[in-house]
Formats: sequence, structure tokens, C-alpha cells
Amino acid sequence: MGVTDNRLQVDIGGGVRIANPIMTASGTFGYGNEFSSFVDLERLGAIVVKGISLLPRPGNPPPRIYETMCGMLNAIGLENVGLDKFVSDKMPILRKIGAPVIVNVLGDSIDEYAALSENLNNISGITALEINISCPNVKKGGVAFGTDPAMVRRVTEAVKGKTSLPVIIKLSPNVTDITTTAKAAEDGGADTISLINTVMGMAIDHRTKRPRLANIIGGLSGPAIKPVALRMVWQAAKVVKIPIIGIGGIMSVEDVLEFMIAGASAVQIGTANLVDPDTTEKIIDGLYDYLEESGCETIREVIGTLQTG
Amino acid sequence: MPPFKIDAEVIRNEKINEDVCRLTLMAPDLAEAASAGQFLMVKACRNSGVPLWRRPFSIHHVTPDGGITLLFKVVGKGSKFMSDLHKGEFLNLLGPLGKGFTLPGVPTSVCIVGGGMGIAPLFYLANQLLHNVVKPKKIQLFMGATTANEMSVLAKDFANLGLPVSVATDDGTAGHHGLVTDLLGQLTLDEEWSVYSCGPHPMMKTVARYCLDKNWSCQVSLETLMACGISACLGCAIRSSRQGGNSLQIEPYLHVCKEGPVFEAGEVAWE
Repeated sequence: MGVTDNRLQVDIGGGVRIANPIMTASGTFGYGNEFSSFVDLERLGAIVVKGISLLPRPGNPPPRIYETMCGMLNAIGLENVGLDKFVSDKMPILRKIGAPVIVNVLGDSIDEYAALSENLNNISGITALEINISCPNVKKGGVAFGTDPAMVRRVTEAVKGKTSLPVIIKLSPNVTDITTTAKAAEDGGADTISLINTVMGMAIDHRTKRPRLANIIGGLSGPAIKPVALRMVWQAAKVVKIPIIGIGGIMSVEDVLEFMIAGASAVQIGTANLVDPDTTEKIIDGLYDYLEESGCETIREVIGTLQTG
Repeated sequence: MPPFKIDAEVIRNEKINEDVCRLTLMAPDLAEAASAGQFLMVKACRNSGVPLWRRPFSIHHVTPDGGITLLFKVVGKGSKFMSDLHKGEFLNLLGPLGKGFTLPGVPTSVCIVGGGMGIAPLFYLANQLLHNVVKPKKIQLFMGATTANEMSVLAKDFANLGLPVSVATDDGTAGHHGLVTDLLGQLTLDEEWSVYSCGPHPMMKTVARYCLDKNWSCQVSLETLMACGISACLGCAIRSSRQGGNSLQIEPYLHVCKEGPVFEAGEVAWE
């Protein structure tokens, strides 16, 4: 067990204060217990679980993943156990861990987002909801909710109307101007925004002329997208007042600091968990070391300190 | 508690032919917890982050002093890095992972069918079968390769265990000139065989269908691209034979890192 005091505490909106800024990114940390051999889970700032839909989803056909230069593509297809099984089988285990649990929610209609938020509202042990708006909107021909500011606002309002839990809107980077969707989430009543989700990408086998993923396109993650994510966090931080959670290719303490300097109050570790399952705890320890070395009293002093002059 | 993440010291790194290496690492905790058919995720880079993913390797052998041996062909950056490791250097391992082979609960006739590098996990399996409380009535080994040189060292290893080894090569430089699956006809039909197989997908498909047809138990060790190995990403899905019907009610996919890498032949959709 490492150090625990309040020097790493950060506020992530909706009245939620977490012990440190290190959270797990949805879809890269299972339901938490997959990592119990590698991480003292209780020490995590928060666990964001794999996205939950109303009904179980089987996911996409294989191949679902492909390794790229400094990154990876995935088209898992949001495979998950569904709301009922999540509540009955996964929540009891998550409650015991002791770290704040943030439930990632996904849907293919506004009604589904609303229904999930309403159902999760009364489940004990949930600290906040994170809304994945990068899903295709089935009723609108499959265009992702997250690319249309008006839809972002509507989803946010629908969710906020159904739950008293703090709501984090997870933004898609696949937009021309991240400030418009960031602002739309804030205007819709979001307590927090998290960004970025994966960047849409593709890989091809030139010999067979076939796509590497059965789904043809997928989401790019890992160090390859970090510069894109940093830029978007910085742009979003300039236009919203609510806290920002930075996501995108974070592998190290240095990466965390860069996101916080750009304006993030906390971060999520994603792809790094797949490579080194103990990354989160190593980074938490590393942040205490950083405080000692830099002379900062708290990590909060770092947030939004980008020097551009 | 396993799985473990450890820096394991290189004890020995031998080239058994031009592009196949046998790497032995000291990893006592891991060795003690490992069973045949399980795998390790190996960090095959030196902090460069290239390649990004760990690489999955089946456990080729476990020695009583806590050594773990991996057998691999040099095919890319990761395996090249591993082939260049020297005694005394360290390699980060995650494991043991996944579900391994189930050994027979009653004395039975066992056939092991390996093709190419798929032979890797079958050596540890053969050792475990020989040391199991329930002794197999007999063990027959069928081994396929492109050419004699690719597998001569391994054929000798198996022969040293006292196992009868039948070989097939694509170029006819050793044993049967043709596919290893051609040898399945040698298995006497008046007894029930437990078949264990690992190799190229078309080979395992033939083995699986042959055994399913005869109602013999057949376990196959499958390989896919894998990012995490610990069932976090769900990237290593394969189609299950339970596909069809209402996809919400059944689970049409299996995950090689969790439900596998060893599956009953009947669990897998062999399209």
C-alpha cells in the first residue's frame, strides 16, 4: 500500500471529489476485478466500467483489433452483459472494491440512454454516470450522437432529467470543432466532460486487399492519439467551466501532467492498461513523487497552467 | 496470487534452426502456477513502446528449478527482440493466463497432433500427461512441418520422452510427404482416443472434424491477435458453435484469452 493523503484529491464535477486524478477508461479495465492481481483497486481515483446497454450485446465479429504504429484499432462492438446482469453480477463485486464506480452508459436512441440512467439512479454504490455518445444513432441513420451538437445537448438533457447522479459526457473526437460539442454538453447540464473517445481509423492488408477489422473501420487509441487528445482538451478547457477528464494515449506520469496542464482535472488510463495492467497504480505513486520533486503542495496546482506567453 | 507480472531473467536462448528460438527464463512463481496449454503475455520491447502490445506465447516447457521455456519463430519486431536476448538479461512476463488443456480423468489412448510452431505447447502437455496421476494407455505423437530441419530438434525431444513420433513434411524431407492430418488414419478405430492439437487453423479444423465425426474427445489450442490477454479488451473473440438463433440470448463469441486458448473442438465454429 502506497501513500494516501489528500494531496492528489481532485474535483471532477457534480460534487464528486476523488482521491487522485487517475481513473480507468471504459472498455480497457473490464469490470475491475480482472485487474485485482495487478492493482490495489481501492487506490484508484475511480473505476469506469465497460459500457452498459439495456440489453446484452454480443459484440462484433472477429477480427476485432489490430495493432498500429504506437496505437491500436478496435471494433469490439460494445460487447457487454447488459443492464440486468451488470446490476446483479458485477455491481456487488464493484461495491466491495471501495473505489468510486463510474458506470459508462451506451445506447442507440435517446430513450435507451434515458432508460439506463433512470434504472441506474437507484442502484447503490454508483458515484457517477459517464455517457458514451460516440455510439451510432440508429433512428438517425447511424450517425453518431456525439458529432452533432444539438444531439449532444438533447442526450445530456434526457439523461440529466432521469438521474440525480453526476453526469459525465464522453465526447467524440470525430468532429470538426470540439468546442461546439463540449459547450453543448455543458449547456445540456453535464457536470463534467471526458475526452477523447477513440479516433475513427482503418487498416488494410495490402496483400489480400481486405480490411484488418471485420467491421472495416474502428477506433484508434494509444500513444498515437495523444497529441490530438491534448489539443482537444486544451480547446475544450477554454470554452467550458465544468471540469474536464482527459483521455487519450496516457502511458506515464508525464502524460498525466501534460493533460492536467492543458486543463484536465483528472485523466483516464485506457490502452496502457492492456499493455501493463499495473499502469494506474504506478502512475498514482509517480504523482506523489512528482509532488515531492516539483515542490507543488497539491496536484490541483497543476490544472490549467499552460504557459502560452 | 496468479497471474503474475514479473521481470524474468534469461537463463538460455538457443537458436534451434535459422529462425526458431528456444528461450528459457527463470520464473519460479509463474512456473509453479502454470499448466500445459496456458500462455504468457511477453513485453517484447525495451521501453520503446514499439511494438505496443505484449505478445502471447504458449508455455513450451517448465523445468523443476522454476524455468519457463518459450519456443518461437522470428516473424516480426517482437520475436526479433526476443531472439536477440542474452543470458542475464530480463524479459517482462504476465502469466500464466487462460485455460489450458484438461488431462484425461481416466486412462485413455492419447494422440497429440502438432503443426509448425503449434508444437510449442504440446511438449509441456506431453510431459504433464506422462507425470499425471492417471496414466494414458499410450501416447501417439503426430508432428507436421514444412521441412525436416524445422523440427528435427523437437522430434528428438519428444522421442527422448519415450513417445512414438510420426512425422509429416510438406517437402517430403522427413516422414510422410504430405499433411500431418493424413496420419490420423493410423489411429486404430477400435478404441476411443483423446486428441490434443495445436497448429495452423486449417490443420486444427481437419483434426477437429475428424474427431467430432468419431465422437472422440478433442482439445485444440487456438491463436488470435491479442492485446491484453487478461479479458479486459475482449479483442480476441472467435466464433462459437453456439451461434445462430437470438443473438441476445446466447453468446455467439468465445474469447481466446479467457475461455481459451484451449477449447473443446465442439465449442468452436469451424467455418
